[in-house]
Amino acid sequence: MNSPLKQHLIDPEICIRCYTCEMTCPIGAIQHDDNNVVVDPEICNHCMDCIPVCPTGSIDEWRVVNTPYSLDEQYAWEELPEQQELATTSPEEDEVDASVARLLAEAHAGAGGKSKPPASAAKPVINLYNLGKPVTLTVQGNYRLTRDPDHDVRHIILETNGLPFPVLEGQSVGIIPPGADGDGNAHLPRLYSVSSPRDGERPGYHNISLTVKREGQGIASNYLCDLEKGADVQVTGPFGATFLMPNDPDARILMICTGTGSAPMRAFTMQRQRAGGGEMAAMTMFFGARTPESLPYFGPLKKVPEGVLQQHLVFSRLPDQPKEYVQDRMLSRAEAVADILRDPGAYIYVCGLKEMESGVEKALTTIAESTGQPWSALRDTMRDEGRFHVETY
Amino acid sequence: MLDLINVSYDTQIPNNVGLSEDRKVLKALEKWHPGYINWWNDLIPQNFQDSMVYLRTAVSVDPKGWAKFDYVKMPEYRWGVLLAPAVEDRKIPMGEHYGEPAWQEVPGEYRNMLKRLIVIQGDTEPGSVEQQRFLGLTAPSLYDMRNLFQVNVEEGRHLWAMVYLLQKYFGKDGREEADDMLVRSSGSEEAPRMLGAFNEETPDWLSFFMFTYFTDRDGKMQLESLAQSGFDPLSRTCRFMLTEEAHHMFVGETGVGRTIQATLDAMNANGITDPYNVGKIRDLGVIDLPTIQKKLNLHYTLSLDLFGQEVSTNAANAFNSGIKGRYMEQRIDDDHKLQNDTYAVTSIKDGQILTEDVPALTAINMRLRDDYVRDASGGVGRWNKLIAKSGIEFALKLPHEGFHRQIGVFSSVAVDPDGNIISAEDWAKRQHEWLPTKDDGAFVQSLMKPCFEPGKYASWIAPPKVGIDNKPGDYEYVKLHMA
Repeated sequence: MNSPLKQHLIDPEICIRCYTCEMTCPIGAIQHDDNNVVVDPEICNHCMDCIPVCPTGSIDEWRVVNTPYSLDEQYAWEELPEQQELATTSPEEDEVDASVARLLAEAHAGAGGKSKPPASAAKPVINLYNLGKPVTLTVQGNYRLTRDPDHDVRHIILETNGLPFPVLEGQSVGIIPPGADGDGNAHLPRLYSVSSPRDGERPGYHNISLTVKREGQGIASNYLCDLEKGADVQVTGPFGATFLMPNDPDARILMICTGTGSAPMRAFTMQRQRAGGGEMAAMTMFFGARTPESLPYFGPLKKVPEGVLQQHLVFSRLPDQPKEYVQDRMLSRAEAVADILRDPGAYIYVCGLKEMESGVEKALTTIAESTGQPWSALRDTMRDEGRFHVETY
Repeated sequence: MLDLINVSYDTQIPNNVGLSEDRKVLKALEKWHPGYINWWNDLIPQNFQDSMVYLRTAVSVDPKGWAKFDYVKMPEYRWGVLLAPAVEDRKIPMGEHYGEPAWQEVPGEYRNMLKRLIVIQGDTEPGSVEQQRFLGLTAPSLYDMRNLFQVNVEEGRHLWAMVYLLQKYFGKDGREEADDMLVRSSGSEEAPRMLGAFNEETPDWLSFFMFTYFTDRDGKMQLESLAQSGFDPLSRTCRFMLTEEAHHMFVGETGVGRTIQATLDAMNANGITDPYNVGKIRDLGVIDLPTIQKKLNLHYTLSLDLFGQEVSTNAANAFNSGIKGRYMEQRIDDDHKLQNDTYAVTSIKDGQILTEDVPALTAINMRLRDDYVRDASGGVGRWNKLIAKSGIEFALKLPHEGFHRQIGVFSSVAVDPDGNIISAEDWAKRQHEWLPTKDDGAFVQSLMKPCFEPGKYASWIAPPKVGIDNKPGDYEYVKLHMA
């Protein structure tokens, strides 16, 4: 039986056959003939040593396959094959995938229909690791983000130990807490949205970060928040093929979030900054929390230039101030939001607690109507075009 | 404890060789440094010196993080001395000392031979920067300008690498040789660079691309063979230089490829199918394929000359003494001593070109040249794929190895690109068909108009398929200083 695996490949159209990768590979996984440079799937252990030395960018290519492309196939290529749609074969995997799919479907339900990815989104890799075959990642750091004793939110960085773990902004990973539940069954993975961009928390290192809030008796969140540097964590994923950002630099992005719902928004923002920052279309964020002390990333956010991200940080528990929620601020900035709703190339992302949905929905309804469009119709159009995304829990 | 992976900045010269604890060499290098900076400053036009260029700098020799990209002014580029990590218990991989531990110090009996090889290698590095000094002014895009400067600063670093070896291991002679590197100058009457190809002009960008494709590839082959050296510091230096050299191959192959692509696109857009309809094609502001073939002929043959005599006792000695190996020596399946082997070498007997077997030891140059030809033909094949894809009937080819040669057995005869020996008279009559003429040069020169708007490219060259460091198409690779 074959379980899908990720195969490292080289793009023959971009490669110039300098063989620097071949010389660099510490275990001799790369070889060439007069036509192509190829990677032996039997040998390659994804150590990534060959990636930075490549002068062309042809080497950072990966396909998830049931059966790896053989050396002969790779030698014969004139161009790289597309990623094939994969069907899983094991019933056990199907079941796990089904449970993850159900969790994601619930989280995306607020979009009011079947979500689609942005047309210009990068193609995500999904289900690379599953319950039968999780990957072990190592904690590189665990930092407290909030100064509010009732809101312990952590920024947890996981190192991939050289193993492939390609995530796009907006994707989630499954964390398997150790131990078993009351019936003696191993815990199922809990989903967490990744808060780092695609090339890693540290650029080029492909490490990933999570934003985790400690929940009273939550098994996974307490496990994660208590992790120490150097600890190993069992992880599945990546998951999610729709809540993704557009690569199109001209696409405006509106982000509405509360609490740890900021995780994907942080990833989006970092990716845009790394990809070109001020030369891209503006992003707008409405971010709600109780107080500045309980708003994750409050400090770092202040450093993001206005030209990259227009920020509306909204607080519901400021002393001597009336409660303000994201929907309130959206309404008080209705003209700015309306301008985005009118733009046929704009994208909207909502992420946070389920409770925020109805307020946000109402605000969007009011603002959309002020532009002469019924929100339900606009929402369906945007969703079908991959421009409206909701992930709430 | 010495950190041999990450680069130390505790001296003026970034290095991973513990310079701060090596006072004598540090002093020598610091003395050499101002002359180098002067050389650089006199060379590159001032407004480029003041521009911010998106360059990669080697910050570590560990493959995972070996270079970082950022905006730098070229004179502030951190040229440094970087050696690839030592291989534990490394053995001499060839020659009569095969299997003995690699030398960490210069073996006395090979001192002069080693020094000469290092000086020749070192001399080529500043030579190419000198040849390319004015190209920035006519860059077809900021992307290309950035690539040019990247090549330039890395050639500068390669000079540093060779100068370090000279100063560290060759005492007073070494210091004098290091100083002479900054005295000789490309194309100079009184003190030219040591090798012919590095005294030729690089008058335009197509020449630059051909140079980086063909001539830097000779450099790559030489570095590959020096990376086999039993003298371990030389081996480690060259291994690290090769990682950088790969970028130069990239600039060459994609530069020629993009030039061809622009020509093909313009021909197709205007319904021209005959590649020899030169006048009409040139009117479109692109370079016709026959002219590209002529440029290829020129640079390929100048580069073949760099391999020296086909049969050479110097090369045999260098191999036998374990100083310089063959291309990919460790992958060759033989005894690595070549005492009883033969190798087929071309020669001329009675006006005929033929091959004869000679002792393999004496044919080391020929073998490296054969490896080079194979390596160089790969890119030509890929260029031809572009042409075939466009539906235009034309194929570039490498001329016969005897064509237009100044060094080796063919230097005494005239040979056409197909390998026929022809009379000197025929050669004089026909060479304009095979090598760029003054008119060809003037035409290419007429296209060399700068294009400095981010994301825009001159008419004669197509945009690249992928940006440097995965940057988007309109990335401002050079922030030009406007005086």
